[in-house]
Amino acid sequence: MFKRLADTGTAVAIVVDGKPVAARAGDTVAAALLAAGIDHCRTTPVTGAPRAPYCLMGVCFECLVTVDGVGSRQGCLIPVHDGMKVETQIGKREAGR
Amino acid sequence: MTAASDLAPSYDLVVIGGGPAGLAAASLAARAGVSTVLFDENPGVGGQIYRAITTTPVADRAVLGEDYWAGAELASEAKASGALIVNGATVWSLDPQKIVGVSIAGKARMIEAKHVIIATGSQERPFPIPGWTLPGVMTAGGAQTALKAQGLVPSGRTVMAGTGPLLWLLAAQTLRAGGRIDAILDTTPWRNWLQALVHLPDFALSPYFAKGLALLREVKAKVPVHRIDRVGAVGKEKLSEVVFASGGRERRLPADLLLLHQGVVPNVNLANAAGVEHVWNDRQLCFVPVLDADFGSSVPGIAVTGDGAGIAGGTAAAERGRIAAIAAVRALRPEATLPDTQAIRQKLQREEMGRAFLDWLNRPAESFRQPEGETLACRCEEVTAKQVRDMARIGCEGPNQMKAFLRCGMGPCQGRLCGLTVTELIAAERKMTPAEVGYYRLRPPVKPITLAELASLPISEAERKAVER
Amino acid sequence: MAANVGAADYDVAVVGGGLVGVATAWGLAREGCRVVVLDEGDRAVRASRGNFALVWVQSKGLGLAPYAGWTIRSSNAWGGFSDLLKQETGLDVCFQRPGGFHLALSEKELEARANILKRLHNQPGIVDYKTEIMDHSQVARMLPDIGPEVVGGSYCPLDGHVNSLRLFRTLHTAINARGVTYLPSHRVESIAKEGGEFRLTTAHGEIRAGKVALAAGNANMRLAPMVGLEAPMRPERGQIVVTERLRPFLSYPVVTLRQTDEGTVMIGDSKEESVDPAGLTIGVSATEAERAVRQFPLLANVNVVRTWSAIRVMTQDGFPIYDESETHPGAFTVCCHSGVTLAANHALSIAPMIARGALDKSLVAPFSVRRFHVQEAG
Repeated sequence: MFKRLADTGTAVAIVVDGKPVAARAGDTVAAALLAAGIDHCRTTPVTGAPRAPYCLMGVCFECLVTVDGVGSRQGCLIPVHDGMKVETQIGKREAGR
Repeated sequence: MTAASDLAPSYDLVVIGGGPAGLAAASLAARAGVSTVLFDENPGVGGQIYRAITTTPVADRAVLGEDYWAGAELASEAKASGALIVNGATVWSLDPQKIVGVSIAGKARMIEAKHVIIATGSQERPFPIPGWTLPGVMTAGGAQTALKAQGLVPSGRTVMAGTGPLLWLLAAQTLRAGGRIDAILDTTPWRNWLQALVHLPDFALSPYFAKGLALLREVKAKVPVHRIDRVGAVGKEKLSEVVFASGGRERRLPADLLLLHQGVVPNVNLANAAGVEHVWNDRQLCFVPVLDADFGSSVPGIAVTGDGAGIAGGTAAAERGRIAAIAAVRALRPEATLPDTQAIRQKLQREEMGRAFLDWLNRPAESFRQPEGETLACRCEEVTAKQVRDMARIGCEGPNQMKAFLRCGMGPCQGRLCGLTVTELIAAERKMTPAEVGYYRLRPPVKPITLAELASLPISEAERKAVER
Repeated sequence: MAANVGAADYDVAVVGGGLVGVATAWGLAREGCRVVVLDEGDRAVRASRGNFALVWVQSKGLGLAPYAGWTIRSSNAWGGFSDLLKQETGLDVCFQRPGGFHLALSEKELEARANILKRLHNQPGIVDYKTEIMDHSQVARMLPDIGPEVVGGSYCPLDGHVNSLRLFRTLHTAINARGVTYLPSHRVESIAKEGGEFRLTTAHGEIRAGKVALAAGNANMRLAPMVGLEAPMRPERGQIVVTERLRPFLSYPVVTLRQTDEGTVMIGDSKEESVDPAGLTIGVSATEAERAVRQFPLLANVNVVRTWSAIRVMTQDGFPIYDESETHPGAFTVCCHSGVTLAANHALSIAPMIARGALDKSLVAPFSVRRFHVQEAG
């Protein structure tokens, strides 16, 4: 869907669902997922439909992901850091994580 | 990085939002000697229009255009002003006593303010079409954010649909950056010209006139543009094609990315929750706060400025921020020297001049605001337009009752992407005006916080006794 | 519409479109009555949009023993009631009756709890509803996620819960299907009885009906005297905190915390004297959150998506008021706090009484407002 205009910037290594993803400093989690061509970041807790980042400005809550073990975080507001573990969220969140 | 624990218990002025209005307001107030803190939830200042202004990887200035780079000065002025600027700070509560609930890195604080300026700007108007929740469908504003902040450009088969200046600006920026746009589907109804035309002379005098024409020319030279009256996204697990029609003739375009936009509307959640009175604006088709000439709201000591006060654009937002800040400084520190308000008001007037034309011309058609059938009105709770219409038909005449019946507006976005749709659907079904129908009554937290954060807040003896028995 | 309605076009006018009103209206329609429901607008003070959705038995009836029996009657009728609604509307209100808990976070709280239950059970004429006190390990066998600070609690096998907002929607759908006329934004200003019928004045014209059932919550205080009745109320504010949807983790409702069928967790049960429905005290929400995290530590990182406050419909002694007017025959009050728990009774017991034109004293005599007069005389 998206390509990087210029592949500049410091590389940041994150892990998405156990697989390494090359992000860049300045990426938010949601942007890193889009840049990596990841289709969807969660399925809904209502019908299980797949969803992907939609507004990228903190409004829509579609980019909710589990970041470093904490669920339902707005991926578009969180900058990536080296070693960050991102998990796509399937349906309802599990209490305690 | 400022942590929640670094914050003082109180500030004279709390500015919420780090876009042009918030930056200009915080700079002016801090320079006038008022203790000022600015909270912004994003990783950096700039808001949406000047998104990532201090960090953007887009080096070629021509790609984003000079209007974007004008934001750099605002950001550096604010930084030098002495205002405490805190990014990654989410304001989730504001009450009429001007107690601000803010969370930074998972820690919540309640901060007292003598004066509050809400500068939370705008959001894109909901664009409820069939398939708008499919992965591969995004807002144009979202794509623009990805371009400004991360230098991401659409690379696959890309379709843009909607109306309004941002759509054309994004198209131009995308093309300049070497991105791909297969088609633009223009949803602007022809009949909008009837109401827009009388305002054309004013628009011709505004700074947007020449820029707008140049943009249209730049984009239309490179991308096919179709006038349409219907559009939908189709795909199983993600977008595969865009279906559109004009006058009954249906066409299909295979697509990887559909970017939607039909204007922006004030982000009302925080002001609404603070008890600020709002009214329906029929020209802009949204609720706007009731404000005085200094952007003071119905709640004493709380101002709403920038696009949150009604859409006027980024440069107007900065002037509006200054006017709100001058009023705040006058109240907090009457002895301070202040810039000439009259000059600022004149600049603002000039910026706002073309607005009526733009509003009337780009007023989205009813069919794109009032969906039908199985199209989702509420994305979070997956409530369809038909469900909302059916409940309205059996007597539900307000959004708060609708919320109770169907859960629309109860999900994590808290009505941001369904509020206007639900109001308009009820109005349409019950033959009422949106003003009569009203809007959701919002309550804190206007953005989610964790139970542990809520639990960590100060509790008085009386408050504890209200629960423990 | 309303202005054109002819004389006695309705058998019964139900004043109030909340859970009590629509449950009663549905029951009346089932009895064959022509019913109109007169409601306020979208911003009305509305307990039915803010309740906690318990169908609750334990601790009901301290101070008025027959209330325990009345509550159990409704609790027992609830399963059938929800089946009927499902048949008529296709909507499932998710009534469940696994039993419910009251949890204590200190020995003092547990002792206070045990005391209340003891006093309750010692009342003459009380129905035994089998509530037992449990210690931490007994509770933990049924609620494995409780925190170490939970010292114990009480458990009653008759307790349950329901999706009360869906109940609200279902009842509105059901009355519509049964031909009940629902008129929002028809706040009743005055009621008079003329020529054998009731005339109800609203902002949108006059409504005429043979009988009138006052189910307007705390507003019954204002309306009841117009038809020779009384409804002494003392409204109070409650606040609720609600989380995002979670996978099921809690098999039983707790009186202050329950997981809905949708997955959200509701946390509540505050009481404040304020009756400002717009106000919300963050410190009260914080207390609720703090206790919830101590009761169920796994909730600490869960997101709160909403809080709200609502005004409880509360009579002066907390018990229901069901009355018929002596001076204005055909006028009734249906007034109570527990509109969810008692919905089955209102639909299946009270409504038929109103349809017949007389309350069944063997069932509801203890809930007459006369009980206040006896106390005053004594």
